[in-house]
Amino acid sequence: MTDKVLSKKQMGSFVEKILEQKDVFAPIMQDKSLVWGAVTSADDMIWDFTNTDLSPKDAFFPQSECLMHCTGCNDHDGETPQGSIFQAEPLLARERVLFNVRPCDARAFWLLDQIFCQDELTHDVYWADKRAKTTLVGLACNDPCSTCFCTSMQCGPHHEEGLDILLVDVGDAFLVRVLTIKGESLAASLPEADQDSVQRAVGCKEHAEKTLAPGPCTDHLASSDVLSLFNAPFWEKVAASCLNCGTCTFCCPTCHCFDIQDEIQGEVSRRVRNWDSCMSWLFTQHASGHNPHNTKMDRVRQRFMHKFSYIPTRRKGAFGCVGCGRCVRLCPVNIDVREVVRLMDDFAANMPIPS
Amino acid sequence: MQERTQKIRETARELLGQGKVDCVLGYTQGSIPMRARPFFATTPDEVDQLCWTGFCTGNLAKLLIGRTDRVAIVAQGCVSRNIVGLIQEGQVVRDHVVVIGVPCLGMLEYRKIEARLPGKDVHEVLEVGDNVTVSGPGFEEVIPRNFIKRDNCTTCMHRNPVISDVLVAEAVDETAGGDLEKVAAPWESFDAAKRWEAFNATFSTCIRCYSCRDACPLCYCHVCFVDESQPQWCGKTQDAADVDTFHILRAFHCAGRCTDCGACESACPMGIKMRRMTSKIEKDVRKLYGYEPGMDVNAKPPMTVFQPNDPEDFVK
Ligand code: SF4
Ligand code: SF4
Ligand code: SF4
Ligand code: SF4
Repeated sequence: MTDKVLSKKQMGSFVEKILEQKDVFAPIMQDKSLVWGAVTSADDMIWDFTNTDLSPKDAFFPQSECLMHCTGCNDHDGETPQGSIFQAEPLLARERVLFNVRPCDARAFWLLDQIFCQDELTHDVYWADKRAKTTLVGLACNDPCSTCFCTSMQCGPHHEEGLDILLVDVGDAFLVRVLTIKGESLAASLPEADQDSVQRAVGCKEHAEKTLAPGPCTDHLASSDVLSLFNAPFWEKVAASCLNCGTCTFCCPTCHCFDIQDEIQGEVSRRVRNWDSCMSWLFTQHASGHNPHNTKMDRVRQRFMHKFSYIPTRRKGAFGCVGCGRCVRLCPVNIDVREVVRLMDDFAANMPIPS
Repeated sequence: MQERTQKIRETARELLGQGKVDCVLGYTQGSIPMRARPFFATTPDEVDQLCWTGFCTGNLAKLLIGRTDRVAIVAQGCVSRNIVGLIQEGQVVRDHVVVIGVPCLGMLEYRKIEARLPGKDVHEVLEVGDNVTVSGPGFEEVIPRNFIKRDNCTTCMHRNPVISDVLVAEAVDETAGGDLEKVAAPWESFDAAKRWEAFNATFSTCIRCYSCRDACPLCYCHVCFVDESQPQWCGKTQDAADVDTFHILRAFHCAGRCTDCGACESACPMGIKMRRMTSKIEKDVRKLYGYEPGMDVNAKPPMTVFQPNDPEDFVK
């Protein structure tokens, strides 16, 4: 696919044109915080930002999402009684564009696609519907911040996986890297990129990768023995100060655990899916009273083992972390995932090969 | 700050060296600027990792709950009051803890610092006297401490520890100088409808991570009411009714116990000002019962006692 170019002056009309047909979302300022929100013109969009506190996963996996509902038992739709039979929720009515998605967050969508839609039997229609009707326009990071470690997590400040278009700020214009058919149709009206812009984008990428602080080594994680890592001696220490709040999992672009609740009021009911967290004891509490993650340490270990051992084991080595650094910034007791990965990798490096 | 750090380390070394405690619970430097991490030092070699900075914004009393070993805990005014509260409520045994008291200069809010320096990457923060020097690539800014203190620290009424076995600095002025009455004042001037509106606006961005609960030393129920599942007490969705139920009940459970330590606001990833609720309740308890939580191990917290001359009929 060809590279295109979009001058900053033309961004307004470019977005306006898209708005005629699609809803547009992007990081915007709301009550002095940078959050994902609907955009009514390019003026709402913020271009100089590191990243939002919460990831944009809510766009595909809302914190609370009604999956089905049923109405009163005497309700009729012409001939057929409708009551007390679960009905599917309506699918997305209008196509959408998410603008200025950071490459780490896009990589997270790529990963979650494989989890929400694994095969015919494991295919989340609501996730798939929103993904199919949404175009992702990424914004490359030219100045990564000090908590980013995407390059250690199979990603990078100009990474393209999961995106339909990647924008690179090259000064007075954006290089528009068209990556998919969806991206192509969105960028159809734009002129082809000049060599100068292409070259400048290459320079931006090199600069960004160079400014990233060296992240943890992960070479030994994917091939390490799951059980030995599980029984490693450092987990108690890692967990000592953890509050088991869910902040790290709720802000994370790849965390995707949920709880399903049936709510009934009179004759009306609904089935709602809500974010849940491995940090909560209730998440794994069995009806029998048994809890496989009974202690704080069990739960902390689950979070890291899931991301750096279980997911890689099941997904061809892909990590369940994209290095966005959100949890590093937001954990109230400063538990730093990079340090934990270092501990895990060091341990794996010195682990006897299982016979 | 440097002196406080030195004295904390000295004390910790002595306590651990003489075998008087099994561990010292304090803070160590965070992995990124403007953060401190709760830290358990268990051997004299580890004490040099202890530190004291304006970013020690959690409440270490929380981590005391349920421990059966002998712990020395680093505590500023508010945290010492929560330790008293935990002793009153039978959660902590006084003889099992050594309190290393820190007369407090007020804790700092990293979000306030970031807001003053948009787009800048803070690398270092130096706290000297009344000023804080914040620096990073290509900038250095001197900010008066009072401008970047946490909200609760500007109206703190007891900056010196109320119980301590060792003090790591000279006592400071008891109060921070701010007007505590003003925190609850807006709520009092609202009618019911306006209050409800303000309340909903305050919690509209809550993601129910429960950090506020989990950071708070008052919250130690074995099963929190929001986690009750047989039967379930509280809805789990993002509907305002479910979110508000959590916040209203959480605030009421803090009545007569909250020390206004601010750990809840510091922990919240969304920057929600939940002290708007607890401050009003704190004021009511102070005015109606003449009680300030956590000041005296032998005092009876007003929500736990009955007096025959209670003016309310319903308790008779
Ligand atoms: S955010 Fe920090 S304290 Fe909260 S559960 Fe995660 S690691 Fe533990
Ligand atoms: S674990 Fe932390 S750094 Fe990794 S993707 Fe999740 S929030 Fe980002
Ligand atoms: S409610 Fe907040 S301010 Fe009050 S004691 Fe708990 S954490 Fe501290
Ligand atoms: S910490 Fe903040 S976001 Fe989390 S539950 Fe409390 S108020 Fe809501």
